[in-house]
Amino acid sequence: MGAGAQAGAEVLGPAGEAAYLRIEHVGKRFGDVWAVRDVSLTIAEREIFALLGSSGCGKSTLLRMIAGLETPSTGRIVLDGEDLARVPAHRRPTNMMFQSYALFPHLTVAGNVAFGLHQLRPRLARAEIDARVDAMLDLVQMKAYAGRAPQELSGGQQQRVALARSLAREPKLLLLDEPLAALDKKIRRQTQFELVGLIRRVGVTCILVTHDQEEAMTMASRIGIMSEGALVQVGTPDDIYAHPNCCFSAGFIGETNLFEGRIRDGRLVGADFPQPIVLALACGDLPAEGSAAWLSLRPECVRVHPLAAADEAAAASGCENRAPAEVAEIAYLGGHSIYHLRLPGGRSMIASVPSAHWGDAPPPARGARVQVCWAAPDGVLLSR
Amino acid sequence: MKAPATPAAARPDAASGPGSGSGRLWVGLLPWLWMLSFFVLPFALIVNVSLSTPELAVPPYVSPFAGESGAPAFHPDPSAYRRLGDELLARGAAGAERQYLAAFANSLLLASLATLCCLLIGYPFAYHIARARASARNTLLMLVMLPFWTSFLLRVYAWMGLLDSSEVGLINQLLLALGVVAEPLPLLYNGGAVLVGMVYSYLPFMVLPLYANLVKLDLRLLEAARDLGARPSIAFLRVTLPLSRRGIVAGSMLVFIPAVGEFVIPDLLGGGGVLTIGRRIWDDFGPNQDWPMAAAVAVLMVLMLIAPIMLLHRHGRAREDGP
Amino acid sequence: MNGLRGWGGRAWLLGVYAFLYVPILCLVVFSFTAGEITTQFDGFSLRWYAALAHDAELHRAVLLSLRIGALAASAAVVLGAAAAVVLVRFGAYFGSRFFAGMMTAPMVMPEVVVGLSLVLLFTHPALPLLSGRGVLAIWVAHATLCAGDVAVLVASRLREMDRALEEAALDLGCPPLKVFFVITVPVIAPALIAGWLLAFTLSMDDFVLAAMLSDPGSTTLPVLVFARLHHGLKPEINALATVIVVVVSVAVLAANRLLLSAQRRGALRLR
Repeated sequence: MGAGAQAGAEVLGPAGEAAYLRIEHVGKRFGDVWAVRDVSLTIAEREIFALLGSSGCGKSTLLRMIAGLETPSTGRIVLDGEDLARVPAHRRPTNMMFQSYALFPHLTVAGNVAFGLHQLRPRLARAEIDARVDAMLDLVQMKAYAGRAPQELSGGQQQRVALARSLAREPKLLLLDEPLAALDKKIRRQTQFELVGLIRRVGVTCILVTHDQEEAMTMASRIGIMSEGALVQVGTPDDIYAHPNCCFSAGFIGETNLFEGRIRDGRLVGADFPQPIVLALACGDLPAEGSAAWLSLRPECVRVHPLAAADEAAAASGCENRAPAEVAEIAYLGGHSIYHLRLPGGRSMIASVPSAHWGDAPPPARGARVQVCWAAPDGVLLSR
Repeated sequence: MKAPATPAAARPDAASGPGSGSGRLWVGLLPWLWMLSFFVLPFALIVNVSLSTPELAVPPYVSPFAGESGAPAFHPDPSAYRRLGDELLARGAAGAERQYLAAFANSLLLASLATLCCLLIGYPFAYHIARARASARNTLLMLVMLPFWTSFLLRVYAWMGLLDSSEVGLINQLLLALGVVAEPLPLLYNGGAVLVGMVYSYLPFMVLPLYANLVKLDLRLLEAARDLGARPSIAFLRVTLPLSRRGIVAGSMLVFIPAVGEFVIPDLLGGGGVLTIGRRIWDDFGPNQDWPMAAAVAVLMVLMLIAPIMLLHRHGRAREDGP
Repeated sequence: MNGLRGWGGRAWLLGVYAFLYVPILCLVVFSFTAGEITTQFDGFSLRWYAALAHDAELHRAVLLSLRIGALAASAAVVLGAAAAVVLVRFGAYFGSRFFAGMMTAPMVMPEVVVGLSLVLLFTHPALPLLSGRGVLAIWVAHATLCAGDVAVLVASRLREMDRALEEAALDLGCPPLKVFFVITVPVIAPALIAGWLLAFTLSMDDFVLAAMLSDPGSTTLPVLVFARLHHGLKPEINALATVIVVVVSVAVLAANRLLLSAQRRGALRLR
């Protein structure tokens, strides 16, 4: 239960692995606005890392600084032991796949893939360039389209060409800027898996930027959540889900119920919950008496019982926190249902209840009076 | 017009964009220097010459900067403006021809009428092109542009033949043959001929911005207006017309501004009777060798055109969709 | 009701097109007359085309106009493209609004004023380097006049262009200056070509500036035509007009065809 773990800059790297990319206190200011502020991060070789955040949070700016398309205002970026500060974009061993794919409209598919190879010095032999273009197009299964113009391709095909183009130079670091945002929702999911498989096969270190938590969680082994230019939490998807370190990451990864209050006598009071909320923390871990705190409670941790059987059920499951509630809305989703519940104070809560939970008894209908409860250890106390 | 900044002073500004490098500096320097040298500086020279004293010399004026000694001095001679003012306010000697007053009045009147005619002819024209089938629009538009690409002089010349006042004039030939008139009509060498020539020459300038504007008009807005109970005429007056305001203003200014300064059309179709500003400048500059007066007339005309030019600038986006 | 309006619209279109084309058609018809009068058809003949073919003065003027047109258009494209880059890519700096006004003002300024101002510049006693009126002066005048038109065309193309294209080229190892030539120029090429053609046409067609800035050795085609319009009309001018109309029509149609097919293919293919 890592509630309120204050992740310091130094402990952000993956434990036990040598840092391949080191971002140290990097910030970027546009005029009076800090788009990125004091970001420190290390990434291991062959890792797939996702920068996740809503639009305008600075994640793309950070990616562009790594690519050399923006100059950091503070801090430095070290890739494979080389400080990139003095290396201009066109000499960096990084390649980027742009959100719009940015395929050159005046070149063919093969010409696009070959473009980066033509820039290599010392020059590659023509035959070698052709062979590498062939291999790349083969990798993304676009060999049949080598002579086409990019505009003649579908979105998914363009994405594959863009990927081949950015992999052709065998970059030390592959940067993906919203790689799937331009695609239809339908093919996006399938492409996520294809893309990850491909990157793994090539074995390239990769940073991807996305605003889609599902995309980040499917594709990346670690996620960094950004908000207002700062990196708020870094971890594996399940780690962040189970132990968010702030309200932002709790809300951004998955859905949650947030209760705001103050610490008093080891409980959270003043939250819009009928009683003080029991917390499962040793006294030493608690924030200072009287300080503001938040409790994040995942919907699947909330139990819902018919009012009649409430007390014994709650006692049986060991739930310390309970309150009566009214069912406001039910969304049946097959294996489980999402209940929107209204607490006596008027605030609402969501609970995810497995369909099997009700057994043979009929599930409560809209408007029914129920009791909600949860065990203290299921809640995550956050101090910011 | 204010005196231009010296190129040297303007240079650093040109390149002080974000992330300026030496490449950017050179890219900025080229157009800055060129336009300062060949557009702004010459313009300052017009102002300078308008404040000069005419003299029989080459060039035929004494610059106000020409001091007796080498010391820098500035002795503007407002006599050209004084003469122009006298002419325009009709304070000259009784029985004077008031040529300048006539020139300014004629130019403004002809330009306004030409603008109005172009709008009245061009608006329905552009409207119907914009409402034509998408596949036909390109061709229709190209047919408007095609005459524009051929020689301007020769298109004006064509009207000399059509409007000729003798019995060999093409329109007169037709009218005589049809028995509509017994005597050939004096069609050429008057204000009407100049107006026809201007409308003919400038119509594409009106049609293109109007078309660019009207073709983007969302037809659903009209459907919505109809749905809300507006009659077609009301829908046009309350929806289409206001929404095409930008195109109307841009097109009108694109006709009006060059028409005010037009020289060729009044010269070829207007004969001696139709004095205009353009011809005044041309004559003072050419045969009369009164450069200060030509410059003063030019300055006054530009001052008059500042408001229309600003108007065009504000609505000028329509031009980008043009030729 | 809709049909009626359709007919009204069609009639209006037809009327205006007639207004635009009948005068040109008349020019063409009377170019084939055998007589001396430009508005009377005295039997079919090609004598005025023969006269055209043997008119050495005219040939000189045409050649000069073509030369000035090509040079002025090339200069205007270079100036206009640079100006467009400044307008679109340099952001706001001290003087940026002044620059925008300065680039576009010649397009709307009456030609007599521009002509007068350039005469004053080129005949200014303090600037002997500019060598007075003549071909150089006309070239400068036309380049200045057309640079704004080119800048507007190129700027709108640049604004539409995806900045990521240039960044991608940079990211793929292409040095900045090379990016401009291998990526930016090909992408804005249609605007550059259209700008060149527009500038060329404007230069070929310009009378006022050329007349004010010409010396006896630099008579361009419009200056010559204007002089002939004043001193005795002959159907030879109709023949000239016919040739111009045919050449321009063919050129415009071909350019249109080319541009359309290029659009359909997406872009010009290079390499």
